[in-house]
Amino acid sequence: MSSNNLRSISRRRLLTTVGAGAVMAASPFRINILRAEEPTIKVGFPVPLTGPYGAEAQDQVRAAQVAIEEFNEGGGLNGRKAELLVRDDKLNPGEAATRALELIENDKVNFIVGSLSASVQLAVNNVAKERKIIYNSISQSDEINEAKDFSPYTFHEALTPHLTAGAVGRYVFPKFGKKVAFLTADYAYGHEMVRGFQAAGKAFGIESLVDIRHPLGTTDFSALLPRIQALKPDILCISNFGRDQQIALKQATDFGMKKTMKIVAPILLYTGRQAAGPQAFEGVIGGTSYYWGIEDKLASAKAFNDRFRKMHGGKVPSDYGALGYGGVKTLLMAAKAAGGLDTDKVIAAMEALKYDYYKGPQYYRKCDHQSVQSVFIIESKQAAQGSPDVFNVIATEEPNEANLRSCEELGHKS
Amino acid sequence: MAGLSFDLIAMQLFTGLALGAIYVLFAIGLSLIFGMLTVVNFAHGAFYMVGAYVGLFLVSLGGNFWLCLVAVPLIIGTCGLVVERFLIRPLYGRGIDYPLLLTFGLSYVMIELVRIAFGKSGYPFDTPELLQGAVNIGVGYFPLYRLFIIGVAAAVLLGLWLFLERTSFGLIIRAGARDPQIVRVLGVDVSRVWLFVFGIGCGIAGLAGLLAAPLQGVIPEMGSTILAEAFVVTVVGGMGSIGGAVIAGLLVGVVVSMTSLVAPEMAKVSIFALMAIVLLIRPQGFFGRAGLMS
Repeated sequence: MSSNNLRSISRRRLLTTVGAGAVMAASPFRINILRAEEPTIKVGFPVPLTGPYGAEAQDQVRAAQVAIEEFNEGGGLNGRKAELLVRDDKLNPGEAATRALELIENDKVNFIVGSLSASVQLAVNNVAKERKIIYNSISQSDEINEAKDFSPYTFHEALTPHLTAGAVGRYVFPKFGKKVAFLTADYAYGHEMVRGFQAAGKAFGIESLVDIRHPLGTTDFSALLPRIQALKPDILCISNFGRDQQIALKQATDFGMKKTMKIVAPILLYTGRQAAGPQAFEGVIGGTSYYWGIEDKLASAKAFNDRFRKMHGGKVPSDYGALGYGGVKTLLMAAKAAGGLDTDKVIAAMEALKYDYYKGPQYYRKCDHQSVQSVFIIESKQAAQGSPDVFNVIATEEPNEANLRSCEELGHKS
Repeated sequence: MAGLSFDLIAMQLFTGLALGAIYVLFAIGLSLIFGMLTVVNFAHGAFYMVGAYVGLFLVSLGGNFWLCLVAVPLIIGTCGLVVERFLIRPLYGRGIDYPLLLTFGLSYVMIELVRIAFGKSGYPFDTPELLQGAVNIGVGYFPLYRLFIIGVAAAVLLGLWLFLERTSFGLIIRAGARDPQIVRVLGVDVSRVWLFVFGIGCGIAGLAGLLAAPLQGVIPEMGSTILAEAFVVTVVGGMGSIGGAVIAGLLVGVVVSMTSLVAPEMAKVSIFALMAIVLLIRPQGFFGRAGLMS
């Protein structure tokens, strides 16, 4: 087409065409064409796309899309396809509750999967359980398993702080010493992590020297570090998250603390390590629910990583991303096993699921619907900036219910 | 409380002073601009953040940290000149809230532009190799880089003091702050003086941002947290008083540090408590001139 022809299309005509297209796109006819097949299975996915955990949340979405695509390619549920409805919860419990309610009431979602915060997931869980919609949480929390927050509609695919910190503790306490100092973010997540470390430490007779609590969003830890140095601990457990963790590790490194003590964190995030660089994280030991490097040993991880790489331009999935995959995948597979979307049948199918989708064998414990799974102990290594190869998996704690808080402890009857 | 040795308290005091040096470096530009121009620069945190990003950018182009120490203040200072000339200048004589609102909005624009250019997630900023590690200062090990910041802060203050007190241009600046009308009558172009002062203030903010980058990494929101602390420093020291900002900055650092030792949860609140106490006793701050805001 010559440029003259292009110019001859008048503005008015252009507007009409565009307008008509928009009307077509939004018209009920188009929806009817889709409806002619079967209504899709809708998975609501509220995650904090904006805010401090935006990078992690975006990876959750990417991985969830992999689960959806896999399901659809595999023929769906007797031909019924699935779709993902992503919403931004802005890392705010109120916002998340509103989004969850809209997903349920307006979009008529079948399931909700999501969250990236202990308090936000409780808000979503409350909405979901009132409306009797299955919710699979993909963020760490101890509380969501407790009887007061739990409902039959609640599932928890992510690790719990008790399990993660416990696994890291069981690895480091016998190796590096018994004198332990804690540097902790002063909110539920931090407190739960410290409890996890201390519960695991009892068996090894650890001596807790000090637990220093810092406010969320601290940008300078220098004033907190001399006291820890003076106490000369063998191990320093830094229980905070995101940017707090990155800054704390960086400044502890600057103070030369790695020379006299071993620094451990309950979880080391792939995205956090990428953002903070190798210097701050070097030699730090922590736990994770997933690291792409396990693909050498696990076929399911390899398959998931390959699929993720193919869909997302060669990137590898992060830890929290993989949880997005697991959370959506389990529900879709349970629906398949149940042969329909009847809530009670899907719950029964979820409870019966023995799965290995991306990180080795897993199953949901009956009493609290906690996913019993392995924890990987990883150590940060020197790697070029931007390289995905940032951690060594130095140990794997196999799935074991004994490492979780017991059903009785959580207030469940059975 | 167990384990409070002399060494620990001395170390904590020193840590506080080092922390204070960062506050001083940041607040000094804010105080300078307010004292001379009576402009409350809410974009100061944004200039600080842009300083860190410009440093990051220059290093990624192959420049080194030492070069950035010179280049960043110049670049950010130039940005300051542009902002003063085209945005702030039309607002002189309109009351203190006009430039306040303008710079407040400007800070959001700058943060958003950086998010568009560099993305929302942060970047690491390695400590320059020469300044890595910790050295024994007699009472314990202290990061070399933080000692370096104290040195830079001292050098900047000394330079600023010499410039304001010992040069004829400094004399004009001080006179312009006292009574711009008389200075104008004497045939001095006051608007040029103000332009220059705003540029210097922003340049120092950019330098502070660059120096903070190896401590905490670089992120678009990094200026917002320190801005609150810097306002405490300027209010406690007395709005517009440079000497006051220095003393108040060091005091705030020590208060944060000492509170952290005994009650870490209270560290963030402690500086606001300090501000409240000072304002109750001396509403204009340590060295503030009463009535500057009116």
